[in-house]
Amino acid sequence: MKGDMCEDCGTNEAVIRLTHVVNNEMTVVGLCESCAAERGVDSSSSQVASPLADFLAQMSGDAVQETPSAQRCSFCGLSYRDFKQVGRLGCPECWSAFQGPLESLVRRIHGSVQHLGKVYLPPDPSASEVEKRLEGLRHRLDRAVQAEDFERAAAIRDRIQELRPEVEEAR
Amino acid sequence: MDLNALPDLGLAWMEGSGEHSDIVLSTRVRLARNLQGHAFGPRARVNDREAVLVRMRRAVDQVELLNPALQVDLPEVGVRSRQVLLERRVVTRDLIGEDEGEAPVRGTAVVISGREPVNVLVNEEDHLRLQAFLPGLQLRNAWGLVDRLDEEMGGQLPYAFHPSFGFLTSCPTNVGTGLRASVLLHLPGLVLTKEISRVLHSLGQVGLTFRGLYGEGSEVVGNFFQISNQTTLGKTEDDLVDHLDHMVRQVIKHETQARQVLLRDARAVTEDKVWRAYGLLRYARTLSFDELMNLLSGVRLGMSLQLLPGLRVYTLNKLMIFTQPAHLEQAAGRDLTPVEQDAHRAAYVRQVLHGEAQAPSSSEERGSNAPFDGV
Repeated sequence: MKGDMCEDCGTNEAVIRLTHVVNNEMTVVGLCESCAAERGVDSSSSQVASPLADFLAQMSGDAVQETPSAQRCSFCGLSYRDFKQVGRLGCPECWSAFQGPLESLVRRIHGSVQHLGKVYLPPDPSASEVEKRLEGLRHRLDRAVQAEDFERAAAIRDRIQELRPEVEEAR
Repeated sequence: MDLNALPDLGLAWMEGSGEHSDIVLSTRVRLARNLQGHAFGPRARVNDREAVLVRMRRAVDQVELLNPALQVDLPEVGVRSRQVLLERRVVTRDLIGEDEGEAPVRGTAVVISGREPVNVLVNEEDHLRLQAFLPGLQLRNAWGLVDRLDEEMGGQLPYAFHPSFGFLTSCPTNVGTGLRASVLLHLPGLVLTKEISRVLHSLGQVGLTFRGLYGEGSEVVGNFFQISNQTTLGKTEDDLVDHLDHMVRQVIKHETQARQVLLRDARAVTEDKVWRAYGLLRYARTLSFDELMNLLSGVRLGMSLQLLPGLRVYTLNKLMIFTQPAHLEQAAGRDLTPVEQDAHRAAYVRQVLHGEAQAPSSSEERGSNAPFDGV
């Protein structure tokens, strides 16, 4: 993969390969030293072109990461360059298509990349969707108790109770 | 659709109740939601929007909070009706299209609940914008209402949701909770004591943002300011709402103190200012919207300091809404030139305040939003 450009700045050659594993999905991002440093990556560590990262990258179907600008969403056809121009994404799939750069962007904007608010429960949920919903409710319950808002805590406990039959069904 | 048939449409917030209603006009909490399997924002095509609207219509039947509800397809109603909805802050400029002459995009709609002060904008920047709009400072109530609406709608519609990114939106600044909570405050004390910049700019350091209310020009009018959260991801909705509530109460404290300073150290000047404002509103023959807003600010302050007698917050709120251009034209039954608007505006204000002065405790006033024949 020599000769690839850094995916953050697009100007320097990518010399560091950063592997993200988020929710069982792996992405590999090519970075130059300064952008890696900006991301907080210690470039003097053994992360530099580790054989394992190479190997894993070749194993995943998506081994070759194109520069984001040219990358397009498979559902709506929006390119990352388009997104950078208008500041708007085109469909839910865009969030997966451009996950890497969007994570950096979201971290810059919100200071976090993990949603901690209410968890959506679709109609006819799977067991793991119910479990995620319960996790979300438990977190909100903790926050309510910490904030000493016992009325809200009681309402959240009710919602947890309501899920009991769903949990059974999904099993 | 004849909005004259629904004079109070979208105006529940005007009744002036709610905590701290002498400083806080209204509270709004909105949630941004999109449906799986459809493009939104810049990539939405006509069939995406129509599909979303069809699904929304089907879902509305099953949603208790939207039964009954008024469904307005924005391309179907006239320009003036759309402007009236905009002036009442029921819809946004993005939803109805930039220019007045431009027709809104097919598929754009608003569903207004007849049961609670909630509504849903369909096919704005995101597929759905759910909002609750309450008088005074009522962040927790507004969040509770829109949360209930969201739970009900989420049970009927396939929301686009990601385990890390949360609720997916067109703009990354909205992703996660999709929650924007805002409070509209009247801060003449802080403006007059020249502390407003300091107080508002400190909000930026705690993840909040503010903007003034704009009049017809590009100037901020009426000493009104809207404060909202900027962060939408990484915190629970409850925390975001509580944080805004906490900071708004700090601002309210500062404003209250500033008003006391005015009373204590500049009573004569302040009394003169508010009475002059009242006098002009009672007797002027032409009023531009900007001038009206600034005079209303003085009168609102006078009321809060009990320097002016017998006016209700509802009346002042009404004077802010019904004096806007589309409302004046609707009452007159025809288009009005800017010069005519200024005259009709002044006449309407005279009529309302004269009525208030005659029978200030009359409750029939509340219902009389009848078209006014410019005198």
